[in-house]
Amino acid sequence: MWDAPGIVGLPDDREEPRVIEFDAVHKEYPDGTVAVERFSLIVPSHRVVALVGSSGSGKTTLLRMVNRMVDPSSGTVSIDGVDVRSMDRVKLRRSIGYVLQAGGLLPHRSVADNVATVPVLEGRSRRQARADALGLLERVGLDTALADRYPAQLSGGQQQRVGVARALAADPNILLMDEPFGAVDPIVRDQLQAEMRALQADIGKTIVFVTHDIGEAFALGDEVVVLRTGAEIAQQGAPAEILANPADDFVASFVGAGTAQRTLRIRQVDGRDVVVDGDGRPTGVLER
Amino acid sequence: MNLLIEAVQWLLDPANWGEPNALGMRILEHLAFSGAVVLVAAAIGIPVGTLIGHTGRGRGAIIAITSGARALPTLGLLTIFGLWLGIGLEAPFLALLVLALPPVLAGAYAGVESVDRATVGAARAIGLTERQILTGVELPLAAPVIVGGLRSAALQVISTATLAAYISDTGLGRPLFLGLKTQQYEMMLGASILVALLALIVELCFQLVQSAAARRAEPQNGRQHRAHSGARERIEA
Ligand SMILES: Nc1ncnc2c1ncn2[C@@H]1O[C@H](COP(=O)(O)OP(=O)(O)OP(=O)(O)O)[C@@H](O)[C@H]1O
Ligand SMILES: [Mg+2]
Repeated sequence: MWDAPGIVGLPDDREEPRVIEFDAVHKEYPDGTVAVERFSLIVPSHRVVALVGSSGSGKTTLLRMVNRMVDPSSGTVSIDGVDVRSMDRVKLRRSIGYVLQAGGLLPHRSVADNVATVPVLEGRSRRQARADALGLLERVGLDTALADRYPAQLSGGQQQRVGVARALAADPNILLMDEPFGAVDPIVRDQLQAEMRALQADIGKTIVFVTHDIGEAFALGDEVVVLRTGAEIAQQGAPAEILANPADDFVASFVGAGTAQRTLRIRQVDGRDVVVDGDGRPTGVLER
Repeated sequence: MNLLIEAVQWLLDPANWGEPNALGMRILEHLAFSGAVVLVAAAIGIPVGTLIGHTGRGRGAIIAITSGARALPTLGLLTIFGLWLGIGLEAPFLALLVLALPPVLAGAYAGVESVDRATVGAARAIGLTERQILTGVELPLAAPVIVGGLRSAALQVISTATLAAYISDTGLGRPLFLGLKTQQYEMMLGASILVALLALIVELCFQLVQSAAARRAEPQNGRQHRAHSGARERIEA
């Protein structure tokens, strides 16, 4: 059940490489906090790599080094072999879709205008960009009637969908997603994850997905990277590998926390098969 | 009470609105002079304050300067500038500028600084240039506070611009000082009432502008209706 949604049979025009490579990246903030210590990772084209780790392990810092919101103290981040530090910050950022941890929508612009921001800056007509925005809203499962609302008039989950739509608006090859489903309840979260899988099967972006929920990392990542403090890699591999073979106690405890919710058992109640999770809480009824 | 009635009578006397007193002319002078001061204060104060708010640099200096400037007595300044520049509009202009700059500066820098840093960071992260962040995010969100600064500057300038007549022959300060000198107190009081009315009208105008700015900065508090019907129209179209 942990099988990741392998991306097969992508159309040819998406076969151009979009590899992100972290090479011995180190980040020490001016106040002396070492957020990332010699981190190396290759994010292959059209794949979802999920970075999972507890709060403060350096996940956001890693993401922000890709779009140069943070420059590494040493080491390099490169895209298709080109050091991002040789690229223009603004161009780089516009070419990458970024879903921020806290939504980050502009409060004084309507939902449609938020989604259309980068395309308009890139010279698309406002009319066209807004029309495209409506399509994107549908794509992320939002009613287009919300297009003229303002962010404060949306629920947390709706705002996060808008964030995803905005990140997709300029049709970037790379998506950075920082706990995009952090502020929603588990049911909406599962739904968003399912939609995200379907979307990715369709669009095949190179995605770095940050989460502190191992279940979410397993659900979305083709590859999962478990991080300790300082972005030290505790284990990296396909979800099934990590699940079957946790490298050490740290990973095992991380995975354990995830499996308690995910290991399902069947219990007979009144002649029906009730599905219960690891804590014995019912989650559904089995149909035969 | 009698004096008040006399003052109102003086105000209503058509003779005072034609030559030689020409109250209409005085009102225009007063407004134009005050407006010019506020415009120059805005032209200096808004860019400087905005830049300080955006970069966070020079904050300490600007707080020191503005609170220092606020402590200066305008009449004293006017005297000093008058001795230096002589009779004419320059001295009162400068003295009023010193009066108007602090609230404009403070409004601009406080307004920009109060914009949520996370919003600014998000705008930067999706690829807005610093200039686009300033004009497209920080200024519209700070606009209500910036207009508030202009508003208090304008009010202070309009009421204080009467002092201009102390050293030059302009504005509503003229009948005010003339009345004082010639002990025509109804004239003095009438002119004061005009200044107060002018201030009130300008205040009302600024209130309108400020609430328009607030509606743009926080559109969720008031444009729902229009926004929703707009959505419906487009979907039907
Ligand atoms: N601008 C900054 N200045 C100083 N220290 C920082 C800065 N940003 C992050 N840090 C520190 O760097 C470390 C890593 O932070 P980061 O935001 O990358 O963690 P995270 O894994 O994204 O955490 P979370 O799951 O809570 O979002 C933390 O100890 C944090 O306090
Ligand atoms: Mg984070």
